[in-house]
Amino acid sequence: MDFSYSEEQQMLQESVQKFVHKNYDFDTRKKIMASAAGYSAANWQLFAELGWLTVPFNEADGGFGGRAVDLMVMMEEFGKAMLVEPFLPTAILCGCLISELGSSAQKSALLPQIMGGELQLALAYAEAGSRFNLANVTTTAVRKGDEVILDGTKILVLNGPAAQHLLVTARESGAATAAQGISVFLVDSKTAGVSMTRYPTVDGRQAAQIQFKTVRVPVASRLGAAGAALDGLNVVIDRATVAVSAEAVGALEALLRKTVEYSKTRKQFDVPIGSFQALQHRMADMFIECQLARSIVLRAAMILDSKDSAQEKSKAVSAAKCRIGKAIKKVSQEAIQIHGGIGMTDELDVAHLFKRVTAIDLLFGNGDFHAARFASL
Amino acid sequence: MNAEFTAEEIVFQKDVREFMQNEFPAAMKQKIDANIRLSKAETVRWQKILYQKGWAAPNWPVEHGGTGWTATEKYIFATEMGLVGAPEPVPFGMKMVAPVIMAYGSAEQKQRFLPDILESNVWWCQGYSEPNSGSDLASLKTTAIRDGDHYVVNGSKTWNTYGQFADWIFCLVRTDNTVKKQEGISFLLIDMKTPGVSLKPIVLLDGHPEVNEVFFDDVRVPVNNLIGAENKGWTYAKVLLTHERTNIAGVPRGKRRLLALQRIAANTDDGFGGSMANHSGFKHKLARAEIELMALEYAELRTLAALSVGKAPGPESSILKIVGTELAQSMDELFVELAAYHSLPFLPDQFEEGFQGVHIGPGNSAAAALTYFNNRKLTIFGGSNEVQRNIICKAVLGL
Repeated sequence: MDFSYSEEQQMLQESVQKFVHKNYDFDTRKKIMASAAGYSAANWQLFAELGWLTVPFNEADGGFGGRAVDLMVMMEEFGKAMLVEPFLPTAILCGCLISELGSSAQKSALLPQIMGGELQLALAYAEAGSRFNLANVTTTAVRKGDEVILDGTKILVLNGPAAQHLLVTARESGAATAAQGISVFLVDSKTAGVSMTRYPTVDGRQAAQIQFKTVRVPVASRLGAAGAALDGLNVVIDRATVAVSAEAVGALEALLRKTVEYSKTRKQFDVPIGSFQALQHRMADMFIECQLARSIVLRAAMILDSKDSAQEKSKAVSAAKCRIGKAIKKVSQEAIQIHGGIGMTDELDVAHLFKRVTAIDLLFGNGDFHAARFASL
Repeated sequence: MNAEFTAEEIVFQKDVREFMQNEFPAAMKQKIDANIRLSKAETVRWQKILYQKGWAAPNWPVEHGGTGWTATEKYIFATEMGLVGAPEPVPFGMKMVAPVIMAYGSAEQKQRFLPDILESNVWWCQGYSEPNSGSDLASLKTTAIRDGDHYVVNGSKTWNTYGQFADWIFCLVRTDNTVKKQEGISFLLIDMKTPGVSLKPIVLLDGHPEVNEVFFDDVRVPVNNLIGAENKGWTYAKVLLTHERTNIAGVPRGKRRLLALQRIAANTDDGFGGSMANHSGFKHKLARAEIELMALEYAELRTLAALSVGKAPGPESSILKIVGTELAQSMDELFVELAAYHSLPFLPDQFEEGFQGVHIGPGNSAAAALTYFNNRKLTIFGGSNEVQRNIICKAVLGL
C-alpha cells in the first residue's frame, strides 16, 4: 500500500503551487474577478503552456493521462487559492464530455483547441425543475431534415458568458425523466435564438441562464448516437464531482490553517484565543473533518482510476460528495465563527473560501442527494 | 400548571392581531416577504404608526411613554408583530441606549433624548466593539480626555450597524488608564455631526455594507453628554447587554420562516417528479426544525412565566440567544437546500428597491445563500454564543 504521490503528480502539484505563489494572491484574484471577463485570459494561456489543460484527457486524445488522481492533486491546489479561471466548465465538463461521447472527427477538431487554450466552452444541462437529476431534461430537440431544433431554458451554465460554444443536453424522445432519449449538441453561442442572461455567482465565477428558442443546429453537431448521452454524462459529472470535492479539500484545509493561525495571534482577555480549550476542541474537530474529507475523496479518485464497475465508481463518488458536504458545513461555519466579525468581511479570504465551499456543497448534488444515490446503487 | 392565556389576554391578542393586519403597511409587508430591505424612511414610518397608537415602546416604564403591559402582554405583542413580519424597532435607541439613559441619565438628559427616541425622530447607533476589543470588550482603547467643558475623543469603533443612517452614537470610552480595565470606562453620547467623526463602510460577505468602522479624530464632546458618573460606564454597559439579549429567541420569526419553508418545499421539484415537501431527507430536517422551535417556544414561555411573577431575567436569556440563533442558522441552510442552484447567483442588489437588472431564479430563491451568509453574524454578535455558554457555565452551573 502506498498513498504517496508519483513524481509526475508532485511536479504537477508544485507547478500549481508555484503559479499561485507568483501570480495569484488574494488581491490579484479580486482584480481578476472585477474584470469584464471575470477571469484572466493571460492566466488561461499560461495554463495551456504549463500543460494543465491536458490533465483531464487520456493519452489517446493527446492528454496527460486523464487520471482522476492527477486531477485531484491539481484541483486541491486550485481550491486553496480559489482560482476562478473556467477549468471546471471548459476542460473537465465539456472536454471530458467530448472525449466521452464525441466522434473521432469531433474530438480531433475540439480537444486540441481546448488543450491549447484557444477554446472556451460551457455545459448547459441543469434546468429550473431538474434539481440534481441528470436524467431530468425537458429541453427538446426535434429533428427536421438535416437539422435539429432546440427549445428550452438552462440554468447555472458555468462559464456561459465566455463560452464560444455550448454543449446542450436536450431530449429527443421519452418522458421528462426517462434515461433514454437525451442527446448532447454542440451549439455556437452566437446562433440565432440563443439568449443569455449573465450573472456572477456567490463564489466569484461567471454563469448564465440561457434560453434556446427555435435554435437550429445541424444534426452533425450531436455528440454520439441519438438519445444515448446519459451514461456518458453520468461518467463526466462523476469525474467533475470528484474534482470539485478535491477542490473543497484544498479550500477546507486553507480554512483550517487560517483559523488556527488567527487563533494564535488574536488576543482577547490578554491571551491568544487559541489557548481556550472550548475553541481548541472545535479546531481539533475541524482537523478531523479535513482528514476524513481528504480520505474519502482520495478513495473516490482511486476507484475512478481502477477497473471497478461503473456502479462501484458512481457509488464511490456519491460517498465522497455526501461526506464532504458534512465536512464543508462543519469546517466552514466554524472558521467564520472562530474568526468572529472579521471572518464575515468581504476583505478577508476566509469569507470567500466559505462561499466557494458552500457552492461546491450544492454543485452536482448535495449530501442528501448523494446519500440517496449511494443507497440506490 | 397551565399554558393558556387568560380571557383578557385572548381579547388583547385579538386587538393586537387586528391592528397588525390593518396598520402594517401592505407595501412594506410585500417587501419583507420578498426579502427587500426596508429603507430608513419606511422603518421610521412604521415606528411612528406604533407611536401614534401608543405602542412604540412596550418595554419602557409608563412615565416615559411605555404601555404598562404585563410580561405576557408584551410577549403577545412581540409575537403578533413577528407573525405579520413587521420589523422590530431599530434596537439601538429604543432597546439599548434608552434604558441606560432612564436608569443613569440626568433629568435633563432624559428630557433631551427620550422623547425623540420614542417618536423615532432620532436614529441611534452603537459604539462598543473595537478592532482589538470584541468578546473582551473591557479592553477597549478609544480615549476621552477631559479639556474644560469637553471631552476630546480619539480612537475607532467597529461593527457599527447602520451608522450611515444615524444621528447619534453611544460609546464606551476610556477615561482612566491607570486603573483596572473595567473601572476606567465611561458612557458617552456623541452627535454624529461633530467635526472629527467619520465612517468607513465595511462590506460583508453578502455584498452589503451593513456595518461600519467609526473614527474619532480629536472629537470635542460636551461634558454634559456623559451618562452618570465618569468611569462607571462598564456597569451601565452590562445592564444594556442584558437588554440586548431579551427577545432574542426569535420564535415568531422562526414560525414565519418555517411556514415559508413548508410553502416553498411544496412548490419545489425534487427532480424526480415529486416535490421537496415529500422528499424524505428534507422532510425530516424540516420536522426537526419545527420540533426545536417548539422546545424553544416553551423555554421562552417558562422564562416569561418566571418574569411575570417578578423574577429578574437571568442567565436563561443566554439559552434563548444560543438556541434561537442556531435554529435560525439551521433554517437558513434549509432555504439554501431548497433553492439549490437558484441560490448561487450573486446579485446583492436584486432584492433592493429600484433594481434595474434581470431577476434570476424563481421567487426569492437567490436571496437564500445571501441570507445564509449574512446570518452567520447571529452567533457572533450580541455577545457571541461562546460568551453565552461561559455565562451559563459561571452563573448556572457554578463552574
